[in-house]
Amino acid sequence: MDLLTLLQVLDATVRLSTPLLLACLAGLFSERAGIFDIGLEGKMLAAAFTAAAVAAITGNVWIGLVAGIAASLLFSAIHGLASITFRGNQLISGVALNFLASGLTVLVAQAWFAQGGRTPSLQGAARFNPITLPFAESLSGVPILGPIYAELISGHTILVYVSFLVVPLTWWILFRTRFGLRLRAVGENPAAVDTAGISVVGLRFAAVGICGVLCGIAGAYLSTGLQAGFVKDMTAGRGYIALAALIFAKWRPWYALTACLLFGFLQAIALRSDLIEAVIGFRIQIQLLDALPYILTVIILAGFVGKAIPPRAGGEPYVKER
Amino acid sequence: MTSPASGTAHPAIELRGISKAFGAVQANKDISIRVMPGTIHGIIGENGAGKSTLMSILYGFYKADAGEIFINGSKTLIPDSQAAIAAGIGMVFQHFKLVENFTVLENVVLGAEDSGLLRPSLARARRELKSLAEEYELNVDPDALIEDIGVGMQQRVEILKALYRKADILILDEPTGVLTPAEADQLFRILGRLKEEGKTIILITHKLREIMEITETVSVMRRGEMTATVKTAETSPPELAELMVGRKVLLRVDKKPATPGANVLEVRDLKVTDDKGVRRLKGISFDVRAGEILGIAGVAGNGQSELLEVLGGYEKASGTIRLNGELIDLTGKHSDGQSRRHRGIAHVPEDRQREGLIMDYMAWENAVFGYHHEPEYQKSRLFMDNAAIREDAAAKMGRFDVRPPDPKLSAKNFSGGNQQKIVLAREIERNPDLLLIGQPTRGVDIGAIEFIHQQIVALRDQGKAILLVSVELDEILSLSDRIAVMFDGQIMGERLPSETDAKELGLLMAGMTGEAA
Amino acid sequence: MQKMPQWADVVLIPLISLILAAVLSGLVILAIGENPITALTIMIDGAMGSKYAWGYTLYYATNFIFTGLAVSVAFHARMFNIGGEGQATLGGLGVALCCLYLPWPHWTLAILGAIVASAAFGAIWALIPAWLQAKRGSHIVITTIMFNFIAAALLNYLLVSVLKPVGSMEPATGKFPEPTHLPNFAEMLAPLGISFSRGAPANVSFIIAILACFAVWALIWKTRLGYEIRAFGHSESAAKYAGISPTKIILISMSISGALAGMMALNNVMGEAERLVLNATEGAGFIGIAVALMGRSHPLGIFLAALLFGALYQGGAILSQDTSIPVQIVLVIQALVIMFTGALDNMVRVPLEKVFLAFNLSSAKPATKPTAAE
Repeated sequence: MDLLTLLQVLDATVRLSTPLLLACLAGLFSERAGIFDIGLEGKMLAAAFTAAAVAAITGNVWIGLVAGIAASLLFSAIHGLASITFRGNQLISGVALNFLASGLTVLVAQAWFAQGGRTPSLQGAARFNPITLPFAESLSGVPILGPIYAELISGHTILVYVSFLVVPLTWWILFRTRFGLRLRAVGENPAAVDTAGISVVGLRFAAVGICGVLCGIAGAYLSTGLQAGFVKDMTAGRGYIALAALIFAKWRPWYALTACLLFGFLQAIALRSDLIEAVIGFRIQIQLLDALPYILTVIILAGFVGKAIPPRAGGEPYVKER
Repeated sequence: MTSPASGTAHPAIELRGISKAFGAVQANKDISIRVMPGTIHGIIGENGAGKSTLMSILYGFYKADAGEIFINGSKTLIPDSQAAIAAGIGMVFQHFKLVENFTVLENVVLGAEDSGLLRPSLARARRELKSLAEEYELNVDPDALIEDIGVGMQQRVEILKALYRKADILILDEPTGVLTPAEADQLFRILGRLKEEGKTIILITHKLREIMEITETVSVMRRGEMTATVKTAETSPPELAELMVGRKVLLRVDKKPATPGANVLEVRDLKVTDDKGVRRLKGISFDVRAGEILGIAGVAGNGQSELLEVLGGYEKASGTIRLNGELIDLTGKHSDGQSRRHRGIAHVPEDRQREGLIMDYMAWENAVFGYHHEPEYQKSRLFMDNAAIREDAAAKMGRFDVRPPDPKLSAKNFSGGNQQKIVLAREIERNPDLLLIGQPTRGVDIGAIEFIHQQIVALRDQGKAILLVSVELDEILSLSDRIAVMFDGQIMGERLPSETDAKELGLLMAGMTGEAA
Repeated sequence: MQKMPQWADVVLIPLISLILAAVLSGLVILAIGENPITALTIMIDGAMGSKYAWGYTLYYATNFIFTGLAVSVAFHARMFNIGGEGQATLGGLGVALCCLYLPWPHWTLAILGAIVASAAFGAIWALIPAWLQAKRGSHIVITTIMFNFIAAALLNYLLVSVLKPVGSMEPATGKFPEPTHLPNFAEMLAPLGISFSRGAPANVSFIIAILACFAVWALIWKTRLGYEIRAFGHSESAAKYAGISPTKIILISMSISGALAGMMALNNVMGEAERLVLNATEGAGFIGIAVALMGRSHPLGIFLAALLFGALYQGGAILSQDTSIPVQIVLVIQALVIMFTGALDNMVRVPLEKVFLAFNLSSAKPATKPTAAE
């Protein structure tokens, strides 16, 4: 395999990792605060539709992005209401929200655009277009590094760069700020936070809110960056892969980057099964590649490769007691 | 704030007419109390008397239905813990509120950070902890993880948390429950220092000894009401006990001398290591004879629970256990609760709500819990005979005076004493050779305590062997025919109740053998 | 003290939740510019207005009874089996292998074989996550989700590469042999002189589903195993004390759960499609969650909830034919039902408990207050 082909695969890896990474970090904030969220999928889907729909109507992708984030935040608010305010089952709430998104997006898409549950195809300013980084053209002649810069690093949409910047930002917030300390504490022992005079409800809503924003960006990227418009169920299980990546990453930001790049890579090579055959000499079933993130996660969960210990108060509604 | 010397000072805390109800239960009824600054004020009462509820109101955990709070003379609203902290109140809960995988420093800083960034706060806290450590003998490694340090240390962290937040009033809820007598003494020294520095301390406990030892004033609570506030120097344990219970208390159980027979239970070199690799039992050997009560004394967490779990069949162990001379399987496929029950070992567990009962099961379902495999409860190989079980349960509840005697009521709807009677009825009525009984009267009202004690003695008089585990020294002294003291997974010694006293047992519980004392 | 009478818990709360879900669904329909009353009429008529309609409603209900029972058995052991979809997929594989490769002389024998095959395949697919939960502490919700995807990929592979008849382009097995054809309602009722719509897919597996309801009811409330499953579900620590092995309960209850989910394939694969296609389960595994929640994990409740969802699915399909409302309205209603009966339970329960408490206090008899007796 030549360098250019490799770069193409890696380039696809970056693009496909982006929504996973954003959703994974979204889940990280929520779960670190003790709120399990299997509704990442639904939030992304709601955001993907809303962003594409609003971008299509206004012709401005930035307005679309904001609308997508708002839709995702609305879903977060419902999840917060159910699991924080009313102390309901977080898993059940997540399942319900996934169905809600799956149904509502098609319903509204049909009502607004009457194109069989999709939005019109987005063009020009209505979608995020690739950014060519400075000197990409002129440096592409430099051996090895030139093509890497021009093909792999340059030429993505702004949201890709944002998503990669969110990784160090997440780390910094979590481990270097007061908010991060409190967030981690509330996921481990909410009673400690409560008796220290901090609002458990407030913190958890904040975390769920951040989760909503990041899922919103992830969804918007899907429909306005990666693709040019919304189609039915376009998240295609990415929310669950992000969840798997989160476990794979043991709820840590830098590991999340690694896990999402790995899972993105698996998705990228699944598109190029001819290449795998060329490299390793025999055919690998695409279905195996599809299933690999899930299989890897099960292996991690089984503790055969290091134990993934979730935040201790995760999934448990907080009830004050003496 | 206030100096202890000024005689005309306002009370550090004054509560006026505090009331609080949970549904139909009146936890606090019109409670008024004055705590003077720079004193140690005890609040004593039975389990469920409303002490913790009252303190939770003071710390902003619950909102009182009625009443007012005055801090240093000025009326203060405490809607949440934030307000309590701002008013200079610090609380050390019975169950610590620490983040296990955070360091000591992070726990201290949590909620009292200086700014949005963490580093300056941590640096300041590190300096502050050092000076607090020097001032009050509160040495703790600031970088240790909470999960790696012992309970005594964890309690210090809780105190440090309060001091770091500039608390002038410190409330401690049953602080010695998890401490050895030696650790408790150390805690009391620390509290003494704090008092000298002008801090006001409220000590909530149900142990008379602690009240007499360290407090200056004591308030007594009973059934949600404050029955008296007296100077400690002017009262006595019997008087306090009477105030707590509302009538004269028989501190000794009426029983004939034991007439022990052959060994029923022989335990040799029993060892248990937990999941984390900590050795919980370090080679324990003892016997229990027919017709005797062996009391196991000790501070909670020194291996008593593990001992009961091993004997009850749900904890793996090495060593040997013989029942009536026959070996018991400790690791194989017969090492489970049902096999043990089959062999004649009945078990009233330490925590009836977590283990002894299914709180959502009705009384009749609970009445066979653990014995649900017994042939008389089966209709066929698969099906249980629910009608027979209900009938059986109603009869047992009648004999044990369970109130209300309604087998269709869920366990959670009975009071603590009646729950315990259901467990006791289930275990005793199977006519076991050996009864294991842990904390028989924890959270049980006085009326039921006497009944339960009588049942235990009656079983002994039928010639059964009884292993009693209790952290209440009084209970051990009054019920046991022989006493073994556990400390750190070992038995420190055996004594006869007639030849020992609370002081000697206390030393053994702290790991000091009689000779050293 | 008892906060509420049992009827309020069992009937009133689900009813209020259902009404809330219905009202919100109506608002959604209103928001997309349709008339909710008209929509409701069309749905009711489409689901129950004719024998043909009933034939479809009961067909869907059969699926949901199986998956609802599956979720409920796991619920009783306090486990959330979100993997009904994967287990039903594997159940379908079991049915397909059983029907295609064994020479059945008659459907009465074939269905017995298919019950064993579907239950075994479904059970195995649930057993792996159960074993991981019991022995390795892996969270069963996550592992069962993962197993849904793995099942989908596995089936995709098998249909595309292994089971597809030679020369066929479609990823599906060949048609099952004639002797494995299960009688549908028309064929079942014909000997009794009752005519039923020939085209409707409801079939004899509906009877199996009803039998399964009785079996689960007896299992949970009448047998020793059920006693132990519920005990474990309420309190793991107490179960250990009583000598009930957590490993055993987790493995057995999840196997039963997986087997029930797998048995759904009797209906959709053997009874309706008569061959195995991609995505044959059509989300029924997830609907089982809604059905179990609404049915309060009781077989009677599950039966009723499954009928309701069956009607909803059939009504929704007719609605999308007759109006411009897409069939996804069903997903929205389903989501709202799960939300209100599951996650937002306290929103309805807590105020209701207060109402009952106030009522009880005002008319309290001393005998009803057990704690005051001492």
